[in-house]
Amino acid sequence: MNCQDVRLLLHAYLDDELGAADGVAVTRHLAGCEACMQRVRAYTRTRDDLRGADLYRHAPAALRTRIAARLPRPAVVQRTPRRAWNLALAALAALCVIAALFAGWQTLQLRRAAGHALVVDAVSDHVRSLLPGHLIDVRSTSEHTVKPWFDGRLDFSPQVKDLTAQGFELIGGRLDVLDGRQVAALVYKRHLHTINLFQWPGSGAGASVSRTRDGYHVLEWSDAGLRFIAVSSVAKVDLQAFERAFRAVPSAASEAAH
Amino acid sequence: MDTGAIFEREVVRHLDAAYNLARWLARNDADAEDVVQEAVLRAFRFFGGFRGGDAKVWLLAIVRNTFYTQRSQLPAAGSVDEFDEAIHGGEDHDDPQAVLLRAADAQRLHAALERLPPEFREVLVLRELEGCSYKEIASITNLKIGTVMSRLARARERLQRELTRREVAA
Repeated sequence: MNCQDVRLLLHAYLDDELGAADGVAVTRHLAGCEACMQRVRAYTRTRDDLRGADLYRHAPAALRTRIAARLPRPAVVQRTPRRAWNLALAALAALCVIAALFAGWQTLQLRRAAGHALVVDAVSDHVRSLLPGHLIDVRSTSEHTVKPWFDGRLDFSPQVKDLTAQGFELIGGRLDVLDGRQVAALVYKRHLHTINLFQWPGSGAGASVSRTRDGYHVLEWSDAGLRFIAVSSVAKVDLQAFERAFRAVPSAASEAAH
Repeated sequence: MDTGAIFEREVVRHLDAAYNLARWLARNDADAEDVVQEAVLRAFRFFGGFRGGDAKVWLLAIVRNTFYTQRSQLPAAGSVDEFDEAIHGGEDHDDPQAVLLRAADAQRLHAALERLPPEFREVLVLRELEGCSYKEIASITNLKIGTVMSRLARARERLQRELTRREVAA
């Protein structure tokens, strides 16, 4: 390898992008060629200078604001008038939902319909989870990330299952409160719909019970010492398909144990 | 979570990288902001067609295309490399001793980088400031990896020359 070859290759050499054979050849040439070695030193120094010269240009805040205003959601910035406005709208919507739920809750109290309070709670949790920033504490599409995250945060081991193949994408999980106790909430996506799956230790009817509340479908079942409530705006048949898929797929834990 | 939120999570978080590339290509704030804004909105329109992969590379490719489209001067593939080969023959520009004499400060580096042709500037910015691999640069610039390697080599030699020339002039 001569100096002309090395002049081209030494950049890939410095960038750690050279194949092993070429790397060895360049190293060998440099050991015996002071001129090329000096080039290596010079380019290394320029590279370090470039990286150290604070030449990186960060996006101005005004640009972030402008882009945020033109995207469907004010996603980019922390605080802008539009974001504040949307938050206000969201708060208003939440108030309406809470008011509606409260009215519903009173009706329920009158009916003294057993079990319904849980459904109301679950729907309320679901609605709250859809407010900005409430959906997910651990964001991952991998059951092997989501499940360990719950360890130490709950007094039980929740079932976490990847249902991507069945059309329900796991996007994360969070802690939530249902009926006065801490529960695991898994978040799945069905197209643009969110499915919240709450679970906690307990026993109930093994077979599933389906309800509709405020336009949301609620599905309850129990399995292997855990109670489950799934809440979503997807079609009822989709939620039932979700339950079937969830029951059929082995959870991360049992998979790991095998 | 809707598409907007997913788009934010996957794409908008690379806004600094997008702006850095656009700013170094356009060489002024106003044009860079125009390029980035249009690129991000285009990216959002095309987001349905984005099938995973590296969102940063994907966004930077759109930024680059947007810049050259706005200028209506997408560089002809390989032209700059051939051109530079012609003037590259002499050894005098690359005298290692002269190169070592320089003490590059940020201002001179900045000026020298800005004077490079955009085809050289972009590979240097992507490599040295953004830390992209050759493969990523190849995806962003739509060049072969071998071309990325030789263009980066020529870009650095050219930058070195710019720095040296300024030193001699000063």
